Amino acid sequence: MRSDRQQSAPLGLKIAAAAGLLFLHLPLLLIFVYAFTTEEKSYQWPPPGLTTQWFAVAWNRPDVWQALTLSVQVAAISTAIALVLGTLCAAAVSQTKFFGRETISLLVILPIALPGIITGIALRSAFNLAEIPFSFWTIILGHATFCVVVVYNNAVARFRRMSGSLIEASMDLGADGFQTFRHVILPNIGTALLAGGMLAFALSFDEVIVTTFTAGQQQTLPIWMLEELVRPRQRPVTNVVAMVVVLVTLLPILAAYYLTRDGDQIAGGGK
Amino acid sequence: MSNAAAIAISDRKPTSAILPSRGGIIGALSDLFWRRPRLLLFLMLAPPVLWLGIVYLGSLFALLLQSFFSIDEFSGLINRELTLKTYGELFLPANLDIIIRTVTMAAIVTIASAIIAFPIAYYAARFARGKWKALFYLGIMLPLWSSYLVKIYAWKLILAKEGILTWLFEKLHLMWLIDAWLSIPVVGGNSLSVSATGTFIVFVYVWLPFMVLPVQAALERVPGSLIEASSDLGASPAQTFRNVLFPLALPGIVAGSIFTFSLTLGDYIIPQIIGTSRLFIGQAVYAHQGTAGNIPLAAAFTVVPIVVMGFYLWGAKRMGAFDAL
Repeated sequence: MRSDRQQSAPLGLKIAAAAGLLFLHLPLLLIFVYAFTTEEKSYQWPPPGLTTQWFAVAWNRPDVWQALTLSVQVAAISTAIALVLGTLCAAAVSQTKFFGRETISLLVILPIALPGIITGIALRSAFNLAEIPFSFWTIILGHATFCVVVVYNNAVARFRRMSGSLIEASMDLGADGFQTFRHVILPNIGTALLAGGMLAFALSFDEVIVTTFTAGQQQTLPIWMLEELVRPRQRPVTNVVAMVVVLVTLLPILAAYYLTRDGDQIAGGGK
Repeated sequence: MSNAAAIAISDRKPTSAILPSRGGIIGALSDLFWRRPRLLLFLMLAPPVLWLGIVYLGSLFALLLQSFFSIDEFSGLINRELTLKTYGELFLPANLDIIIRTVTMAAIVTIASAIIAFPIAYYAARFARGKWKALFYLGIMLPLWSSYLVKIYAWKLILAKEGILTWLFEKLHLMWLIDAWLSIPVVGGNSLSVSATGTFIVFVYVWLPFMVLPVQAALERVPGSLIEASSDLGASPAQTFRNVLFPLALPGIVAGSIFTFSLTLGDYIIPQIIGTSRLFIGQAVYAHQGTAGNIPLAAAFTVVPIVVMGFYLWGAKRMGAFDAL
């Protein structure tokens, strides 16, 4: 039993925890200030002046738009593939016991557990050996591989909480397998899949290491950012793009959080 | 588990259904899956296993195989005969230096992340309630999921010579502190953004959330009464931490260190953007496979993190770290 008596934390702990959280958040906030700076040649602090002109400049840059479109396309298709593969795998692993079940969980987690550079260079050398030219689809092949795990993790957690008696009840009431899936299983795992899909999208949208190895001439938004980081050409535009990326990745995370927050109250979960 | 039983142990023949089946091809399929659950299992597993098996494991094996090839020094062509020569090259002083530098950095980053993460995780697990709990959770999740490159970029802004950190230290008249630190041989450099210290800070920043989450998960399971009992029995806070809290949090710390260690071992972008010209494993892999075209040596280099992580995971498993994931 956890004691319900409300205790307050020691001051030192409060300060250390607050300092840790500030360390995590201040750098991201700084990006927002830099997006408005008038300085374009250096990273000077404090900014000599504030302006919104760089938003218009960034808006009119075709290369930024191309990179953004490509990133969205890649993330959408990879997420779709990951949703199918991850859900199938989660259903099989959580609903049945079979030989090699642990191995399959490991196989799914491996692409994200091993450093990205290993996944990247392995795929690249395999494409080279198989003489597959680098294209839009080689990027997707790489992204879908490591996106499966996010969907899988979310779906497995939900499947575990879902009571098996729901499926049995559905079958007892005369529903066939497909009806049970459509009317009983899907409504129960729906939000978990949506959350997993959003995280997969965010993961793919942001991925740079595997992409550098599996892309040919194509530039996704992270690749574009990386170019700017290594050889800064137009700093103000990079500042604006960085700020937009922070905002864009914020939304799916918040949405995924609200979707899975009430997961404990899923029907049959109290078993 | 009843649901597992319902599907797995259903080999017995179904007696006549109470309701007529739906008929048609869908009904027939549904009946077939009911009678042959193994078939359904096979059909569910086949796509993900084939995808991961062929695309991912296939590529990994192709890479491993190539690490046993060697490169002809004169023609620059790859000699496809199995040899351990390439692995031997890893032990050349220059390459060994890279490996030691990377592993050391990974170890220091891991320790620093654990120290910074512990108070956050402990506060979130034991004292934060209701709205604050949610706030802490989001406070970890948002930086975790924010764009990796944007986070590095933010530090490029902070650590730049004309950036906010220099400005802050100048205002506080502490600039001599940074200058003194930068003049130390290994950790220093011309400015923070081109020093090993800078690389270290960015590594810690980027991987910190990966440490907080498992430590918090481990601490959530420590009952508050245990801490109270410890202090009731006369232990000072430091003793309680050392003898009660820390041992119970250790599996979580080890679980978190799997991420911080592995991610640092394989990263090549952070040391490339913020750091010295001394290479890390990731950069060596990148350089060898790219312009040098020495795929065998690049492949052999990638085996290093795999082996290190293999040992690490083996040790972590023995400490029960996987229950804290």
